Amino acid sequence: MPPDRARAIRRVTMIVTLLAVLSALAFMTVGVRGSWGFVLAHRGIRLAALVTVAYAIALSTVLFQTLTGNRILTPAVMGFDALFILLQTALVTTLGATATGALDPRLLFAAECLVMVGLSGLLFRLLFRGEGGNLPLVVLSGLLFGALFRSLSSFLQRIMDPNDFLVLQGRAFASFNVVDPTLIGVAALLALAATAIVLPRLSALDVLVLGRDRATGLGIDTTQLSATIFALVAVLVSASTTLVGPTTFFGLLVANLAYLMVPSARHADVLPVAIGLAVVTLVGGQMLLERVLGFGTALSIVIDFVGGVVFLFILFRTGRR
Amino acid sequence: MNASPRPLLVCAIFVATAVLIAASLVTGGGYAWSDVLAMEGDGALVLAASRVPRTLALLLSGAGLAVSGILMQMIARNRFVEPSTAGTVESAGLGILLTLLLMPGAPVVVRMLIAAMVALAGSALFLMLLSRLPLGSALMVPLVGIMLGGIFDAVTSFLAYRFDLLQSIGAFGSGDFSIVLRGRYEFLWIIAALVAAAYATAARFTILGMGEAVAIGVGLNYRRLVAFGLIIVSVVTAVVVVTVGAVPFVGLIVPNVVSLILGDDLRRSLPIVATGGALLVLGSDVGGRLIIAPYEIPVGTIMGVIGSLGFLVLIFGRRGHAT
Repeated sequence: MPPDRARAIRRVTMIVTLLAVLSALAFMTVGVRGSWGFVLAHRGIRLAALVTVAYAIALSTVLFQTLTGNRILTPAVMGFDALFILLQTALVTTLGATATGALDPRLLFAAECLVMVGLSGLLFRLLFRGEGGNLPLVVLSGLLFGALFRSLSSFLQRIMDPNDFLVLQGRAFASFNVVDPTLIGVAALLALAATAIVLPRLSALDVLVLGRDRATGLGIDTTQLSATIFALVAVLVSASTTLVGPTTFFGLLVANLAYLMVPSARHADVLPVAIGLAVVTLVGGQMLLERVLGFGTALSIVIDFVGGVVFLFILFRTGRR
Repeated sequence: MNASPRPLLVCAIFVATAVLIAASLVTGGGYAWSDVLAMEGDGALVLAASRVPRTLALLLSGAGLAVSGILMQMIARNRFVEPSTAGTVESAGLGILLTLLLMPGAPVVVRMLIAAMVALAGSALFLMLLSRLPLGSALMVPLVGIMLGGIFDAVTSFLAYRFDLLQSIGAFGSGDFSIVLRGRYEFLWIIAALVAAAYATAARFTILGMGEAVAIGVGLNYRRLVAFGLIIVSVVTAVVVVTVGAVPFVGLIVPNVVSLILGDDLRRSLPIVATGGALLVLGSDVGGRLIIAPYEIPVGTIMGVIGSLGFLVLIFGRRGHAT
């Protein structure tokens, strides 16, 4: 790699990291009134959750896009987080609130993750059944599966017992504002474990970008690599969805911004910037909207808007090529 | 080629609709069907004030949405377009929010008018985007429409959030006919006139579906016809969304199924499309009243499930055919 490009990558990484740290500091300190001890503890939990989510979404999106070989599909666009919500809803509907309440939430989450890996694997197989090249078909059917899962969830929520619904509401309807604190530790551990599994495979992933056939030709066991990465993506999506709920365009936004800013296709260069950007957007954006502009819950709406515009833009550009 | 639509099928559709109308009149919370039929107690009142208006509203909305769907498909020359995959429904929602914001006391007519105008602008924007879309897969078209709708939705949510109107706009997210009472649905009769207008010009829309060149070649005023079609679609969508909320995918499923059987001659198929739409919406609503009786599941939720499943079947089934 030419030295000036290496320097450019280093500079981008440093700037993004610096911004991420600054957003976290601002998130903790801006507008504190009253007892610092209480505020710091309260905000610390939310910060931990938001950083975990940013990390999980950025990592899972970039990995997923490498796996599928395009820059417009994300786990969320494919309906994975809607699937996770449907899974939770179906569980409470069939077992009832008392049964699900009696279980250890961490154990329950682990079980949900396992089912999620299986189900999203099925969905993925179905959509990519020899059709990896037909991008519009895959994207549209992914969006429709998402719509189907959301409708099915709201259908189940209509017919379930109102008491069960309350329990479900407490578990499944988290947002950027109301994070669910019980599972932060588990989710963060999962994200770290995923990192530990991904790190030794980074260079293999760089080769996978060249296309499956070429990667196989270059001596990579693509089937095994894909399966491993796919399972990681499914677990990361479950972790972020359980903390803050579905986030349709967030991953798309930060991943594409990272590709744009980093003059390199190596995962070791792109991933840190994508993760840093995710932290800046989520933590900094939440801080700015909540404390400076006074629009608490608007961040997901703003991300939906900007993400939708970016999505259309990429769609038109890919069509043109 | 057989000139008349398959008589058996047509009969079946009409019989099914008649049966469902009867079912819709006697189904619902609180009153046993025997009471309603015998007109005992409040039976007559329930029938006149709630069940008959609700049934009429279902028929009108279903027919209007299905016809809107097929008109959009002819205009955009794409099978997968309908008001909820072309930004029309979402821009109508934006229109409603704007009226609530700028003219909170405005009567329903004004709200419908403004919703229809914004829906027209939104659909026109969609068509403009389509003309810039590089030729490629037919599936790109609904994809662009769904995304555009999502962007409109985000704008609506943001404004609603900013001005504390989230609760008011939550109502039109998912179509629900349980709110229909005598005196609260009559604007839906506009749809009957619009469907009649579409039927009167059905032959021209059939030609429109063959493309701009053909339409101009046989002497049609292409632009005026597109504008006329878009106005029908926007007004129907706005009236439905303002009165009962959004009912997705009706305009997609019904025309596609009908065209598989009857082909694309609108003069022949339009009445069946309208009846089929009425049948589908009526059936979903009666089903929604029965599943967890005496409570109800709104049509919007049921159509969300049926519609997205049907759409998936359509795009996966299509791979076997022409492509």
